[in-house]
Amino acid sequence: MSSIPEELSYTKEHEWVAGLDDGLTVTVGITAFAAESLGDVVFVQLPEVGGMVEAGDAVGEVESTKSVSDIYAPVTGEVVAVNQVVVDDPSLVNSDPYGEGWLFQVRVEGTPEDLLTAEEYTQVTTAES
Amino acid sequence: MSRSTPLREVHESLGATLTDFAGWLMPLRYGSESAEHNAVRTAAGLFDLSHMGEIFLTGPQAGEALDHALVGHLSVLEPGRARYTMICAPDGGVLDDLIVYRLAAEEFLVVANASNYQRVAAELTARAEGFQAEVADRSDEYALVAVQGPRAQEILATLTDADLPGLKYYAGLPGTVAGVEALIARTGYTGEDGFELFVAAGDAVTVWQELAKAGDAHGLRPAGLSARDTLRLEAGMPLYGNELNAGLTPFDAGLGRVVRFDKPGDFVGRAALAPLKDVPPRRRLTGLVARGRRVPRHGYPVVLLTDGSVVGEVTSGAPSQSLGKPIAMAYVDTNVSEGLAVDIRGSHEPVDVVDLPFYRRSK
Repeated sequence: MSSIPEELSYTKEHEWVAGLDDGLTVTVGITAFAAESLGDVVFVQLPEVGGMVEAGDAVGEVESTKSVSDIYAPVTGEVVAVNQVVVDDPSLVNSDPYGEGWLFQVRVEGTPEDLLTAEEYTQVTTAES
Repeated sequence: MSRSTPLREVHESLGATLTDFAGWLMPLRYGSESAEHNAVRTAAGLFDLSHMGEIFLTGPQAGEALDHALVGHLSVLEPGRARYTMICAPDGGVLDDLIVYRLAAEEFLVVANASNYQRVAAELTARAEGFQAEVADRSDEYALVAVQGPRAQEILATLTDADLPGLKYYAGLPGTVAGVEALIARTGYTGEDGFELFVAAGDAVTVWQELAKAGDAHGLRPAGLSARDTLRLEAGMPLYGNELNAGLTPFDAGLGRVVRFDKPGDFVGRAALAPLKDVPPRRRLTGLVARGRRVPRHGYPVVLLTDGSVVGEVTSGAPSQSLGKPIAMAYVDTNVSEGLAVDIRGSHEPVDVVDLPFYRRSK
Protein backbone atom coordinates (compact mmCIF):
# COMPACT_ATOMS: atom_id res chain seq x y z
CA MET A 1 0.00 0.00 0.00
CA SER A 2 1.55 3.28 -1.06
CA SER A 3 1.51 6.24 1.29
CA ILE A 4 -1.11 8.99 1.00
CA PRO A 5 -0.23 11.81 3.43
CA GLU A 6 -3.24 13.20 5.33
CA GLU A 7 -2.35 16.86 4.97
CA LEU A 8 -2.24 16.98 1.16
CA SER A 9 -4.95 17.46 -1.46
CA TYR A 10 -5.20 15.26 -4.53
CA THR A 11 -6.57 14.99 -8.04
CA LYS A 12 -8.15 11.99 -9.73
CA GLU A 13 -5.19 12.10 -12.10
CA HIS A 14 -2.82 11.30 -9.20
CA GLU A 15 -1.26 14.69 -8.54
CA TRP A 16 -0.82 15.92 -5.00
CA VAL A 17 -1.05 19.55 -3.89
CA ALA A 18 0.63 20.94 -0.75
CA GLY A 19 0.10 24.25 0.97
CA LEU A 20 -3.40 24.90 -0.25
CA ASP A 21 -4.65 26.02 3.16
CA ASP A 22 -1.94 28.38 4.23
CA GLY A 23 -0.82 30.50 1.38
CA LEU A 24 -0.78 31.74 -2.12
CA THR A 25 1.71 29.28 -3.47
CA VAL A 26 1.20 25.53 -3.70
CA THR A 27 3.61 22.72 -4.49
CA VAL A 28 2.59 19.99 -6.93
CA GLY A 29 3.87 16.47 -7.47
CA ILE A 30 2.63 13.03 -8.43
CA THR A 31 1.59 10.50 -5.83
CA ALA A 32 3.46 7.42 -4.66
CA PHE A 33 0.63 5.35 -6.15
CA ALA A 34 1.19 6.95 -9.56
CA ALA A 35 4.96 6.59 -9.32
CA GLU A 36 4.60 2.91 -8.46
CA SER A 37 2.28 2.19 -11.34
CA LEU A 38 4.54 4.02 -13.79
CA GLY A 39 7.67 2.16 -12.77
CA ASP A 40 11.10 3.77 -13.03
CA VAL A 41 10.63 7.37 -14.10
CA VAL A 42 13.26 8.36 -16.67
CA PHE A 43 12.12 11.79 -17.82
CA VAL A 44 9.94 14.61 -16.59
CA GLN A 45 8.91 17.59 -18.63
CA LEU A 46 7.63 20.51 -16.58
CA PRO A 47 5.81 23.74 -17.43
CA GLU A 48 7.86 26.92 -17.84
CA VAL A 49 8.37 29.28 -14.96
CA GLY A 50 6.27 32.39 -15.54
CA GLY A 51 3.70 30.55 -17.59
CA MET A 52 0.02 30.42 -16.71
CA VAL A 53 -1.64 27.06 -16.16
CA GLU A 54 -5.31 26.26 -15.96
CA ALA A 55 -6.64 23.60 -13.61
CA GLY A 56 -7.18 20.39 -15.58
CA ASP A 57 -4.77 21.28 -18.40
CA ALA A 58 -1.95 18.93 -19.38
CA VAL A 59 1.14 20.97 -18.51
CA GLY A 60 3.92 18.40 -18.61
CA GLU A 61 4.67 14.73 -18.84
CA VAL A 62 6.31 12.02 -16.88
CA GLU A 63 7.88 9.17 -18.75
CA SER A 64 8.87 5.73 -17.48
CA THR A 65 10.40 2.69 -19.10
CA LYS A 66 7.05 1.40 -20.24
CA SER A 67 4.79 4.41 -20.59
CA VAL A 68 4.25 8.14 -20.65
CA SER A 69 1.62 10.11 -18.74
CA ASP A 70 0.50 13.70 -18.77
CA ILE A 71 0.87 15.89 -15.72
CA TYR A 72 -2.25 17.97 -15.14
CA ALA A 73 -2.36 21.32 -13.38
CA PRO A 74 -4.41 20.79 -10.22
CA VAL A 75 -5.02 24.52 -9.79
CA THR A 76 -5.11 27.66 -11.92
CA GLY A 77 -2.32 30.21 -11.63
CA GLU A 78 1.22 31.19 -12.53
CA VAL A 79 4.09 28.72 -12.38
CA VAL A 80 6.62 30.31 -10.05
CA ALA A 81 9.15 27.49 -9.68
CA VAL A 82 10.03 24.12 -11.16
CA ASN A 83 12.17 21.45 -9.53
CA GLN A 84 15.35 21.37 -11.60
CA VAL A 85 16.74 18.63 -9.36
CA VAL A 86 14.00 16.22 -10.42
CA VAL A 87 14.54 17.15 -14.08
CA ASP A 88 18.18 16.13 -13.68
CA ASP A 89 17.36 13.04 -11.61
CA PRO A 90 13.85 11.81 -12.45
CA SER A 91 14.27 8.76 -10.18
CA LEU A 92 13.42 11.10 -7.28
CA VAL A 93 9.80 10.77 -8.37
CA ASN A 94 10.03 7.10 -7.40
CA SER A 95 12.23 7.41 -4.32
CA ASP A 96 10.65 10.47 -2.69
CA PRO A 97 7.44 11.46 -4.50
CA TYR A 98 6.17 13.77 -1.73
CA GLY A 99 9.54 15.29 -0.92
CA GLU A 100 12.50 15.79 -3.23
CA GLY A 101 10.42 14.51 -6.10
CA TRP A 102 8.12 17.55 -6.12
CA LEU A 103 7.54 18.93 -9.62
CA PHE A 104 6.49 22.59 -9.70
CA GLN A 105 4.93 25.43 -7.72
CA VAL A 106 1.97 27.56 -8.67
CA ARG A 107 0.81 30.94 -7.31
CA VAL A 108 -2.85 30.11 -7.01
CA GLU A 109 -5.51 32.18 -8.69
CA GLY A 110 -8.23 29.60 -8.70
CA THR A 111 -8.85 26.27 -7.04
CA PRO A 112 -11.27 23.77 -8.54
CA GLU A 113 -13.90 22.32 -6.26
CA ASP A 114 -13.16 18.73 -7.13
CA LEU A 115 -9.81 18.37 -5.38
CA LEU A 116 -9.82 15.30 -3.18
CA THR A 117 -8.98 14.75 0.45
CA ALA A 118 -6.55 11.99 1.38
CA GLU A 119 -9.49 9.78 2.29
CA GLU A 120 -11.24 10.38 -1.02
CA TYR A 121 -8.03 9.80 -2.95
CA THR A 122 -7.51 6.52 -1.10
CA GLN A 123 -10.81 5.36 -2.58
CA VAL A 124 -9.60 6.30 -6.07
CA THR A 125 -6.45 4.23 -5.66
CA THR A 126 -8.36 1.30 -4.20
CA ALA A 127 -10.69 1.31 -7.19
CA GLU A 128 -7.76 1.40 -9.63
CA SER A 129 -5.52 -1.24 -8.07
CA MET B 1 -9.69 -13.93 -17.05
CA SER B 2 -5.92 -14.20 -17.38
CA ARG B 3 -4.17 -17.53 -16.94
CA SER B 4 -1.54 -17.99 -14.28
CA THR B 5 1.80 -19.74 -14.54
CA PRO B 6 2.83 -22.25 -11.85
CA LEU B 7 5.01 -19.46 -10.39
CA ARG B 8 2.27 -16.92 -9.74
CA GLU B 9 2.35 -17.30 -5.96
CA VAL B 10 6.11 -16.97 -5.97
CA HIS B 11 5.84 -13.72 -7.91
CA GLU B 12 3.21 -12.42 -5.54
CA SER B 13 5.32 -13.27 -2.51
CA LEU B 14 8.16 -11.30 -4.11
CA GLY B 15 5.90 -8.26 -4.43
CA ALA B 16 5.76 -8.34 -8.21
CA THR B 17 3.56 -6.02 -10.22
CA LEU B 18 1.57 -8.44 -12.35
CA THR B 19 0.24 -7.55 -15.76
CA ASP B 20 -1.82 -9.21 -18.45
CA PHE B 21 0.37 -10.29 -21.34
CA ALA B 22 -1.15 -12.28 -24.20
CA GLY B 23 -3.81 -13.63 -21.85
CA TRP B 24 -1.37 -14.52 -19.08
CA LEU B 25 -0.88 -12.85 -15.74
CA MET B 26 2.87 -12.23 -15.78
CA PRO B 27 5.34 -10.33 -13.60
CA LEU B 28 5.99 -6.91 -15.16
CA ARG B 29 8.62 -6.05 -12.55
CA TYR B 30 9.47 -6.97 -8.98
CA GLY B 31 10.89 -3.60 -7.97
CA SER B 32 12.91 -1.29 -10.16
CA GLU B 33 12.92 -2.54 -13.75
CA SER B 34 16.15 -0.62 -14.38
CA ALA B 35 17.84 -2.54 -11.57
CA GLU B 36 16.53 -5.81 -13.06
CA HIS B 37 17.86 -4.83 -16.49
CA ASN B 38 21.26 -3.96 -15.03
CA ALA B 39 21.40 -7.18 -13.02
CA VAL B 40 21.06 -9.18 -16.26
CA ARG B 41 23.79 -7.11 -17.95
CA THR B 42 26.23 -7.35 -15.03
CA ALA B 43 25.30 -10.48 -13.03
CA ALA B 44 22.16 -12.50 -13.73
CA GLY B 45 18.40 -12.34 -13.89
CA LEU B 46 15.76 -15.01 -13.28
CA PHE B 47 12.74 -15.03 -15.59
CA ASP B 48 9.43 -16.89 -15.66
CA LEU B 49 8.65 -17.58 -19.32
CA SER B 50 6.04 -20.25 -18.71
CA HIS B 51 3.60 -18.41 -20.96
CA MET B 52 5.57 -19.57 -24.00
CA GLY B 53 4.15 -22.49 -25.98
CA GLU B 54 5.80 -25.92 -26.18
CA ILE B 55 4.70 -28.01 -29.16
CA PHE B 56 6.23 -31.41 -29.80
CA LEU B 57 6.58 -33.21 -33.13
CA THR B 58 7.48 -36.87 -33.01
CA GLY B 59 7.78 -39.61 -35.59
CA PRO B 60 10.00 -40.79 -38.44
CA GLN B 61 8.99 -37.83 -40.63
CA ALA B 62 8.86 -35.13 -37.96
CA GLY B 63 11.78 -33.29 -39.56
CA GLU B 64 10.23 -33.43 -43.03
CA ALA B 65 6.93 -32.20 -41.63
CA LEU B 66 8.71 -29.18 -40.14
CA ASP B 67 10.56 -28.56 -43.43
CA HIS B 68 7.14 -28.33 -45.06
CA ALA B 69 5.47 -26.32 -42.29
CA LEU B 70 8.23 -23.79 -41.55
CA VAL B 71 10.58 -21.67 -43.66
CA GLY B 72 13.73 -23.27 -42.19
CA HIS B 73 15.51 -26.53 -42.94
CA LEU B 74 14.94 -28.41 -39.73
CA SER B 75 15.41 -32.02 -40.86
CA VAL B 76 19.17 -31.43 -41.06
CA LEU B 77 19.38 -30.12 -37.51
CA GLU B 78 21.62 -32.31 -35.32
CA PRO B 79 19.98 -33.79 -32.22
CA GLY B 80 20.77 -31.48 -29.32
CA ARG B 81 20.87 -28.36 -31.47
CA ALA B 82 18.35 -25.53 -31.86
CA ARG B 83 17.47 -23.07 -34.59
CA TYR B 84 15.67 -19.75 -34.89
CA THR B 85 12.99 -19.99 -37.60
CA MET B 86 9.55 -18.78 -38.62
CA ILE B 87 6.16 -20.09 -39.62
CA CYS B 88 4.61 -18.18 -42.52
CA ALA B 89 1.18 -18.00 -44.07
CA PRO B 90 0.78 -19.08 -47.72
CA ASP B 91 1.10 -15.37 -48.66
CA GLY B 92 4.50 -15.19 -46.95
CA GLY B 93 3.34 -13.21 -43.89
CA VAL B 94 5.00 -14.17 -40.62
CA LEU B 95 2.62 -16.05 -38.30
CA ASP B 96 5.23 -16.44 -35.56
CA ASP B 97 8.94 -16.62 -34.92
CA LEU B 98 10.03 -19.83 -33.27
CA ILE B 99 12.90 -21.71 -31.77
CA VAL B 100 13.00 -25.37 -32.77
CA TYR B 101 15.04 -27.87 -30.76
CA ARG B 102 15.84 -31.32 -32.08
CA LEU B 103 15.66 -33.44 -28.96
CA ALA B 104 16.25 -36.79 -30.68
CA ALA B 105 16.28 -38.23 -34.18
CA GLU B 106 12.49 -38.40 -34.20
CA GLU B 107 11.56 -35.71 -31.68
CA PHE B 108 11.42 -31.93 -32.07
CA LEU B 109 10.30 -29.19 -29.69
CA VAL B 110 8.83 -26.03 -31.21
CA VAL B 111 8.77 -23.04 -28.86
CA ALA B 112 6.20 -20.43 -29.89
CA ASN B 113 5.21 -17.04 -28.53
CA ALA B 114 2.43 -16.92 -25.94
CA SER B 115 0.26 -14.79 -28.21
CA ASN B 116 0.48 -17.28 -31.08
CA TYR B 117 1.07 -20.78 -29.83
CA GLN B 118 -2.48 -22.04 -30.19
CA ARG B 119 -2.52 -20.92 -33.80
CA VAL B 120 0.95 -22.37 -34.35
CA ALA B 121 -0.14 -25.70 -32.88
CA ALA B 122 -3.22 -25.75 -35.14
CA GLU B 123 -1.18 -24.86 -38.23
CA LEU B 124 1.47 -27.46 -37.44
CA THR B 125 -1.22 -30.10 -36.97
CA ALA B 126 -2.80 -29.23 -40.32
CA ARG B 127 0.51 -28.97 -42.15
CA ALA B 128 1.87 -32.24 -40.74
CA GLU B 129 -0.99 -34.16 -42.29
CA GLY B 130 0.31 -36.82 -44.68
CA PHE B 131 3.64 -37.03 -42.83
CA GLN B 132 4.48 -39.75 -40.31
CA ALA B 133 4.55 -37.25 -37.49
CA GLU B 134 2.46 -36.53 -34.42
CA VAL B 135 1.91 -32.98 -33.23
CA ALA B 136 1.20 -32.41 -29.54
CA ASP B 137 0.68 -29.07 -27.83
CA ARG B 138 2.10 -29.69 -24.38
CA SER B 139 2.29 -26.06 -23.29
CA ASP B 140 0.17 -26.69 -20.21
CA GLU B 141 2.52 -29.41 -18.97
CA TYR B 142 5.62 -27.26 -19.11
CA ALA B 143 7.06 -24.33 -17.28
CA LEU B 144 10.00 -22.34 -18.64
CA VAL B 145 12.47 -20.66 -16.33
CA ALA B 146 15.40 -18.68 -17.72
CA VAL B 147 18.59 -17.59 -16.02
CA GLN B 148 20.35 -14.96 -18.11
CA GLY B 149 23.48 -12.92 -17.64
CA PRO B 150 27.26 -13.20 -17.40
CA ARG B 151 27.05 -15.21 -14.15
CA ALA B 152 24.30 -17.55 -15.39
CA GLN B 153 26.61 -20.49 -16.00
CA GLU B 154 28.29 -20.19 -12.60
CA ILE B 155 24.92 -20.13 -10.88
CA LEU B 156 23.36 -22.99 -12.84
CA ALA B 157 26.50 -25.11 -12.41
CA THR B 158 25.84 -25.32 -8.65
CA LEU B 159 22.54 -27.12 -9.35
CA THR B 160 23.41 -29.51 -12.17
CA ASP B 161 26.00 -32.04 -13.26
CA ALA B 162 25.32 -31.24 -16.92
CA ASP B 163 28.30 -30.21 -19.03
CA LEU B 164 27.46 -26.52 -19.25
CA PRO B 165 30.81 -25.34 -20.67
CA GLY B 166 30.35 -27.93 -23.43
CA LEU B 167 26.83 -26.71 -24.23
CA LYS B 168 27.00 -24.43 -27.24
CA TYR B 169 24.83 -21.40 -27.97
CA TYR B 170 21.58 -22.65 -29.52
CA ALA B 171 22.01 -26.15 -28.14
CA GLY B 172 19.96 -28.06 -25.58
CA LEU B 173 20.42 -31.24 -23.60
CA PRO B 174 18.31 -33.21 -21.16
CA GLY B 175 19.63 -33.09 -17.60
CA THR B 176 18.81 -32.63 -13.96
CA VAL B 177 18.56 -29.24 -12.29
CA ALA B 178 18.02 -29.06 -8.52
CA GLY B 179 17.01 -32.72 -8.61
CA VAL B 180 14.31 -32.37 -11.25
CA GLU B 181 14.36 -33.30 -14.91
CA ALA B 182 14.93 -30.42 -17.28
CA LEU B 183 15.75 -29.64 -20.86
CA ILE B 184 18.70 -27.29 -20.46
CA ALA B 185 19.06 -24.95 -23.44
CA ARG B 186 21.67 -22.28 -24.04
CA THR B 187 19.28 -19.77 -25.56
CA GLY B 188 17.81 -16.46 -24.54
CA TYR B 189 16.31 -13.13 -25.45
CA THR B 190 18.48 -10.68 -23.59
CA GLY B 191 21.73 -10.33 -25.53
CA GLU B 192 23.59 -12.09 -22.71
CA ASP B 193 24.81 -15.61 -22.21
CA GLY B 194 22.20 -17.69 -20.42
CA PHE B 195 20.03 -20.72 -20.17
CA GLU B 196 16.39 -21.61 -20.61
CA LEU B 197 15.14 -24.53 -18.54
CA PHE B 198 12.07 -26.43 -19.66
CA VAL B 199 10.66 -28.30 -16.68
CA ALA B 200 7.40 -29.99 -15.72
CA ALA B 201 4.91 -27.41 -14.47
CA GLY B 202 4.90 -29.10 -11.06
CA ASP B 203 8.67 -28.62 -10.72
CA ALA B 204 8.74 -24.92 -11.58
CA VAL B 205 8.66 -23.64 -8.01
CA THR B 206 11.52 -25.93 -6.94
CA VAL B 207 13.72 -24.89 -9.83
CA TRP B 208 12.95 -21.19 -9.35
CA GLN B 209 13.58 -21.25 -5.59
CA GLU B 210 16.82 -23.20 -5.92
CA LEU B 211 18.11 -20.88 -8.64
CA ALA B 212 17.16 -17.85 -6.57
CA LYS B 213 19.01 -19.28 -3.58
CA ALA B 214 22.06 -20.28 -5.61
CA GLY B 215 22.15 -16.95 -7.40
CA ASP B 216 21.84 -14.77 -4.34
CA ALA B 217 25.57 -14.51 -3.73
CA HIS B 218 26.14 -13.81 -7.44
CA GLY B 219 23.84 -10.82 -7.67
CA LEU B 220 21.00 -12.67 -9.40
CA ARG B 221 17.59 -11.08 -9.10
CA PRO B 222 14.18 -11.94 -10.48
CA ALA B 223 13.42 -9.93 -13.62
CA GLY B 224 10.07 -9.15 -15.18
CA LEU B 225 8.72 -8.60 -18.66
CA SER B 226 9.62 -4.92 -18.57
CA ALA B 227 13.33 -5.69 -18.23
CA ARG B 228 13.03 -8.52 -20.73
CA ASP B 229 11.65 -6.06 -23.29
CA THR B 230 14.39 -3.44 -22.83
CA LEU B 231 17.07 -6.15 -22.86
CA ARG B 232 15.87 -7.67 -26.13
CA LEU B 233 15.44 -4.21 -27.66
CA GLU B 234 19.03 -3.26 -26.85
CA ALA B 235 20.08 -6.60 -28.36
CA GLY B 236 18.15 -5.75 -31.55
CA MET B 237 15.94 -8.82 -31.27
CA PRO B 238 12.51 -8.68 -32.89
CA LEU B 239 9.30 -9.08 -30.89
CA TYR B 240 6.26 -10.58 -32.57
CA GLY B 241 3.51 -7.96 -32.66
CA ASN B 242 6.08 -5.16 -32.87
CA GLU B 243 8.79 -5.91 -35.45
CA LEU B 244 7.01 -8.96 -36.86
CA ASN B 245 3.41 -9.52 -37.90
CA ALA B 246 1.33 -11.34 -40.49
CA GLY B 247 1.48 -8.31 -42.78
CA LEU B 248 5.26 -8.56 -43.09
CA THR B 249 7.40 -11.25 -44.71
CA PRO B 250 10.73 -12.40 -43.27
CA PHE B 251 12.37 -10.31 -46.03
CA ASP B 252 10.51 -7.19 -44.93
CA ALA B 253 11.91 -7.74 -41.44
CA GLY B 254 15.47 -8.14 -42.74
CA LEU B 255 15.42 -11.78 -41.67
CA GLY B 256 15.30 -13.36 -45.12
CA ARG B 257 18.23 -15.57 -44.15
CA VAL B 258 15.86 -17.81 -42.19
CA VAL B 259 14.02 -18.73 -45.42
CA ARG B 260 15.77 -21.77 -46.88
CA PHE B 261 14.89 -22.11 -50.55
CA ASP B 262 17.68 -24.69 -50.91
CA LYS B 263 15.84 -27.33 -48.87
CA PRO B 264 14.08 -30.16 -50.72
CA GLY B 265 10.32 -30.12 -51.29
CA ASP B 266 7.72 -27.42 -51.12
CA PHE B 267 6.97 -25.44 -47.99
CA VAL B 268 4.12 -23.20 -46.98
CA GLY B 269 4.90 -19.72 -48.24
CA ARG B 270 7.54 -20.71 -50.78
CA ALA B 271 5.65 -19.56 -53.87
CA ALA B 272 4.93 -16.16 -52.35
CA LEU B 273 8.40 -15.68 -50.87
CA ALA B 274 10.56 -16.85 -53.79
CA PRO B 275 10.01 -13.76 -55.97
CA LEU B 276 10.82 -11.47 -53.00
CA LYS B 277 14.25 -12.96 -52.44
CA ASP B 278 16.14 -10.43 -54.53
CA VAL B 279 13.75 -7.49 -54.34
CA PRO B 280 14.99 -4.77 -52.01
CA PRO B 281 12.20 -3.96 -49.56
CA ARG B 282 10.82 -0.42 -49.43
CA ARG B 283 11.54 -0.09 -45.74
CA ARG B 284 14.24 -1.50 -43.54
CA LEU B 285 14.30 -2.25 -39.83
CA THR B 286 16.50 0.52 -38.51
CA GLY B 287 18.08 1.41 -35.19
CA LEU B 288 17.39 4.92 -33.91
CA VAL B 289 18.96 6.78 -31.00
CA ALA B 290 17.20 9.90 -29.75
CA ARG B 291 19.24 13.03 -29.15
CA GLY B 292 16.85 14.26 -26.50
CA ARG B 293 15.30 12.51 -23.55
CA ARG B 294 11.78 11.87 -24.79
CA VAL B 295 11.17 8.28 -25.76
CA PRO B 296 10.01 7.17 -29.21
CA ARG B 297 7.40 4.46 -28.73
CA HIS B 298 5.57 1.77 -30.70
CA GLY B 299 3.48 3.31 -33.48
CA TYR B 300 5.04 6.78 -33.51
CA PRO B 301 5.78 8.11 -37.03
CA VAL B 302 9.36 8.60 -38.24
CA VAL B 303 9.54 11.88 -40.17
CA LEU B 304 12.00 14.02 -42.09
CA LEU B 305 13.25 16.99 -40.06
CA THR B 306 13.07 19.20 -43.14
CA ASP B 307 9.42 18.94 -44.11
CA GLY B 308 7.87 16.53 -41.61
CA SER B 309 6.95 13.96 -44.24
CA VAL B 310 6.44 10.47 -42.85
CA VAL B 311 9.18 8.02 -43.85
CA GLY B 312 8.68 5.27 -41.32
CA GLU B 313 7.16 4.00 -38.09
CA VAL B 314 8.59 3.02 -34.72
CA THR B 315 8.03 -0.62 -33.79
CA SER B 316 9.62 -0.62 -30.32
CA GLY B 317 11.20 2.10 -28.20
CA ALA B 318 12.45 2.52 -24.66
CA PRO B 319 14.96 4.38 -22.55
CA SER B 320 18.20 2.41 -22.84
CA GLN B 321 20.13 1.71 -19.66
CA SER B 322 23.22 0.68 -21.57
CA LEU B 323 23.34 3.77 -23.82
CA GLY B 324 21.83 6.25 -21.40
CA LYS B 325 19.52 7.51 -24.15
CA PRO B 326 16.19 6.54 -25.63
CA ILE B 327 16.46 3.96 -28.42
CA ALA B 328 14.02 2.58 -30.94
CA MET B 329 13.65 0.14 -33.76
CA ALA B 330 11.63 1.43 -36.69
CA TYR B 331 10.76 0.51 -40.24
CA VAL B 332 12.24 3.37 -42.27
CA ASP B 333 12.30 4.01 -46.03
CA THR B 334 15.57 2.64 -47.40
CA ASN B 335 16.41 5.85 -49.29
CA VAL B 336 16.75 8.00 -46.16
CA SER B 337 19.26 7.69 -43.34
CA GLU B 338 19.84 11.25 -42.14
CA GLY B 339 17.84 14.20 -41.00
CA LEU B 340 15.31 12.00 -39.23
CA ALA B 341 13.04 12.71 -36.31
CA VAL B 342 10.33 10.87 -34.47
CA ASP B 343 6.97 12.54 -34.04
CA ILE B 344 6.58 12.28 -30.28
CA ARG B 345 3.04 13.41 -29.56
CA GLY B 346 3.25 16.28 -31.99
CA SER B 347 6.82 17.44 -31.66
CA HIS B 348 9.56 16.27 -33.99
CA GLU B 349 12.44 15.00 -31.87
CA PRO B 350 15.71 14.43 -33.77
CA VAL B 351 17.13 10.90 -33.90
CA ASP B 352 20.30 9.38 -35.34
CA VAL B 353 20.43 6.15 -37.31
CA VAL B 354 22.72 3.51 -35.83
CA ASP B 355 23.60 -0.07 -36.70
CA LEU B 356 21.69 -2.81 -34.87
CA PRO B 357 22.12 -4.17 -32.30
CA PHE B 358 22.39 -1.25 -29.90
CA TYR B 359 24.20 -3.44 -27.41
CA ARG B 360 26.60 -6.32 -27.92
CA ARG B 361 28.08 -8.14 -24.96
CA SER B 362 31.83 -8.40 -24.66
CA LYS B 363 32.96 -12.00 -25.03
